[in-house]
Amino acid sequence: MTERLQIQNLYKIFSANPEAALQILANGGDKNTVFDKLGAVVGLNNVSLSVPQGAMYMVMGLSGSGKSTLARCINRLNEPSAGKILLDGRDIVPLKEEELREVRRTRISMVFQHFALLPNKRVIENVEFGLKLRGVSPAERRRRADEVLSVVGLARWGYHFPHELSGGMRQRVGLARALATDADILIMDEAFSALDPLIRTEMQDELLRLQRTLNKTILFITHDFQEALKLGTRIAIMSEGELVREGTPQSIVLEPGSDYVAAFTREIDRARLFDARSVMRATAPILQSERGILVGDAAGAAGPGFVLDGEGRVLGALDAAALGRARASGEMGTPSSDYVSVPGNAKLLEVARSYRDGRPIAVVDEDGRFVGTLGVDELLSRISSTSAKTASAGDRHV
Amino acid sequence: MFKADDLAIFPIDSWIQHGVSWVALNLRPLFLAIKWPVEALLSLNDAVLHAIPFPVFVVGFTLLAWRLATPGIAAFSAISLVVIAMLGVWNEAMTTLSLISTAIVFCAVIGIPMGIWCASSDRVWNVVRPILDIMQTTPSFVYLVPVVMLFGVGTVPGEVAVVTAAAPPLIRFTNLGIRMVEHEIVEAGLAFGADKRQLLFEIQLPLAIPTILGGLNQTVLTAMVLSVVVAMIGAEGLGLVVLQGLGRLDVGRAAVGGIAIVLLAMVLDRITQKLAEPRRGGAAQTSLLATVMRLFKGGRPEEPAATAIAAKQAL
Repeated sequence: MTERLQIQNLYKIFSANPEAALQILANGGDKNTVFDKLGAVVGLNNVSLSVPQGAMYMVMGLSGSGKSTLARCINRLNEPSAGKILLDGRDIVPLKEEELREVRRTRISMVFQHFALLPNKRVIENVEFGLKLRGVSPAERRRRADEVLSVVGLARWGYHFPHELSGGMRQRVGLARALATDADILIMDEAFSALDPLIRTEMQDELLRLQRTLNKTILFITHDFQEALKLGTRIAIMSEGELVREGTPQSIVLEPGSDYVAAFTREIDRARLFDARSVMRATAPILQSERGILVGDAAGAAGPGFVLDGEGRVLGALDAAALGRARASGEMGTPSSDYVSVPGNAKLLEVARSYRDGRPIAVVDEDGRFVGTLGVDELLSRISSTSAKTASAGDRHV
Repeated sequence: MFKADDLAIFPIDSWIQHGVSWVALNLRPLFLAIKWPVEALLSLNDAVLHAIPFPVFVVGFTLLAWRLATPGIAAFSAISLVVIAMLGVWNEAMTTLSLISTAIVFCAVIGIPMGIWCASSDRVWNVVRPILDIMQTTPSFVYLVPVVMLFGVGTVPGEVAVVTAAAPPLIRFTNLGIRMVEHEIVEAGLAFGADKRQLLFEIQLPLAIPTILGGLNQTVLTAMVLSVVVAMIGAEGLGLVVLQGLGRLDVGRAAVGGIAIVLLAMVLDRITQKLAEPRRGGAAQTSLLATVMRLFKGGRPEEPAATAIAAKQAL
């Protein structure tokens, strides 16, 4: 995957004279030192991250953590004080007003927390807004707006006014407006935070559905860790203007790295978060015969074995006793068809649902090839575990 | 004993006297240039209003009030106009109306761009604001002295005084309306790549219109007051009726003028107040069809004047 957006050592100081504050930060001072000495607020303190093409990148943090400041720096609604923002490798911080306008019109669009629709314009005119600013002809932009409105499921509402729509529908209009410009980067600033819980869930599912076909690069700002886990391909957690943890949802829950992050992960429903691949045990070949290849636990522990064909597809399973005999005698024995096969990306909850009384579980990849096995023990311990490691070396403390 | 009068050593009165005389003498072409468009538009308005036959005017004005406001206000307008005619001051009322309508045009042309400028820069607003404060707290007849010195006496100099006094509310409300536009909506405009002109015309002005119309209401009322006061420097109209009544100790005549002024002021106030109320679907909707339909159905604004009220409180 290519890196669409890279942020390097970004600082934002809310002050007329950021140089002095930057100097203090460079000499090892922190946010509070700057505030005590200069009375200036540090919005972003040396933030670096990179967003790959097609990612749903979540920036998560509590209020005042600098997450919205970060989002507004990316399209320069806030001017960064120092650092680089690379869009496809081109730094957009030094851009002149005209070039910046071009980037805003064609490359980056934005969805707002309180929708920010024009109350005096009809839904379809709101959706056309970005195209109108760009100077697209009325017929062309109406056609495009119609198209996008049906994508978000509001085809019949084009000629209503925003106040006639419910909150969820208004945010669909906000989303349609952002999609209409064909910008490949979408900044969603707390886009679903103002919606009721049920509508929020519905919109999250809708966004996931849309993203499958649109494949935009989405930077989603949220204060809701559950939302970040549900939507994100990667999550960056911010606190006090700094990036404290960055990684995939599963890796963050597994290794929060600091007490601050661990506090968010504690109440997470692990059965819905982790997939089979993340807990499975690796296997190694034990025997090979005309029947196929027998694989068992790589460390030599007891447990079920599986017989695979040359392509790596599962032909049958051996239970623990049969595997032990096979290890001892070198005879493969008869594989049984009593096993359960689950895809690697199946959540643990689904794995638990498909589990049947004592049958071994085979984990397979998208092409049906065997990748590993997992037992009830691993499943239960992962679901019930609280993060074992906190504050491992190299992680920033909060 | 040391008296307060001993401190009166600054001959400010004579300085100002000389200053104004100098200005009046040397900058005469400037004041003639200011006076000219005022005179042209005023005489046009005056001629048109006096040329329209009375019944046509009443019917036309009532329909206009119906369209812009409510059937109730339209009926009130019709009755008021007929009463003014019955009082026998119709021609004077038309002269006053021409003074006010001319003032509205000049105030809009000066005040709205001025308000936009003030909203675009805190520095400008910090300079303009105290000037507006002074202009709005100064008793209205204080305007008359410099106006007489610089522009002379009569209806046209009177109109200059009316415009000067009536413009500040419109500047203030335009500035306020633009500054009150929700921050997130302005941000949305910028995020989608609006330039300064697009931001103003696509977002700020349309959303500020209810507040600006609230300012227009204030401007109309101030113009109404001033159009009466300027009778003292020889302007014609209802004010002159009152002034004549006072001069001759003719209480009846003065009361007739007073009643006509009150009726005209109430009609103008009610109509412009309704204008300022945001309609469902936004005040900026001015499609021709919708307007014609409103004319027949007597469509009513449904939302209360939340914005206008908020704006008044904010002042």
